[in-house]
Amino acid sequence: MDAIVLKYPISADDFTRAGEASSDVKSKLKQMGVSPEAVRKVAIAMYEGEINMVIHAKGGEITVEITPENIRMILADVGPGIPDIDLAMKAGYSTAPDEVRSLGFGAGMGLPNMKKYTDDMKIETELGVGTTITMDVHLA
Amino acid sequence: MTARDVQNILGARVLTGEEFLDREVRSACGSDMMSDVLAFSKDHSVLLTGLCNPQVIRTAEMLDIVCLIFVRGKKPDETLIQMAKDRDLIVMETGHRMFSSCGMLYQAGLGGGAI
Repeated sequence: MDAIVLKYPISADDFTRAGEASSDVKSKLKQMGVSPEAVRKVAIAMYEGEINMVIHAKGGEITVEITPENIRMILADVGPGIPDIDLAMKAGYSTAPDEVRSLGFGAGMGLPNMKKYTDDMKIETELGVGTTITMDVHLA
Repeated sequence: MTARDVQNILGARVLTGEEFLDREVRSACGSDMMSDVLAFSKDHSVLLTGLCNPQVIRTAEMLDIVCLIFVRGKKPDETLIQMAKDRDLIVMETGHRMFSSCGMLYQAGLGGGAI
């Protein structure tokens, strides 16, 4: 069976709209009858990633590939890149500006949460070019 | 306990989701940092926060939160209430501060859930 592919352009202009793509994926997965546990894992991981694309990059595109065995999320941004991935993965480490903290994000939990809720996560990044994060949530 | 019990304990005012007050709640989480909240994923939960923006509703949506409580008299605007309504989420407000609200619920038997 071919994968079902969903694509979402992510705009960095409006923080209040961040999360709309994750919200849409969540309701589509629910309609497809994916288990609530898997739906929640995908929703949380993708939402954190979407917020990151808005905060740190200038937006980008999210692709979601759904097969009966796996849900893959590919988050590609055209941003500054991540200089030190190990440091960025540390719980509590954040480079988000104060303005973002006042909105409830920038606690340094984004990437750790994304790893926690997915079965596999790969980060490809190049300074000044952008970052692509690929995450998998296995289904049964 | 139910969301109605939570409402009574906190003397809270229901802003939307009155029809869902008999829903069961099993644990709670209190924070103004949404990433900390997202690290917490438990079924049938209550979220207490002093943060008032659309991302609170989205965070609650991603986590399947049953009941959202704005503490220390924070008042969400109509847009936020409508967003919550569209997601079948219960929203309440209480004048109690975060620490007191959490303490009152904890004392009544609502825990934080196992980590």
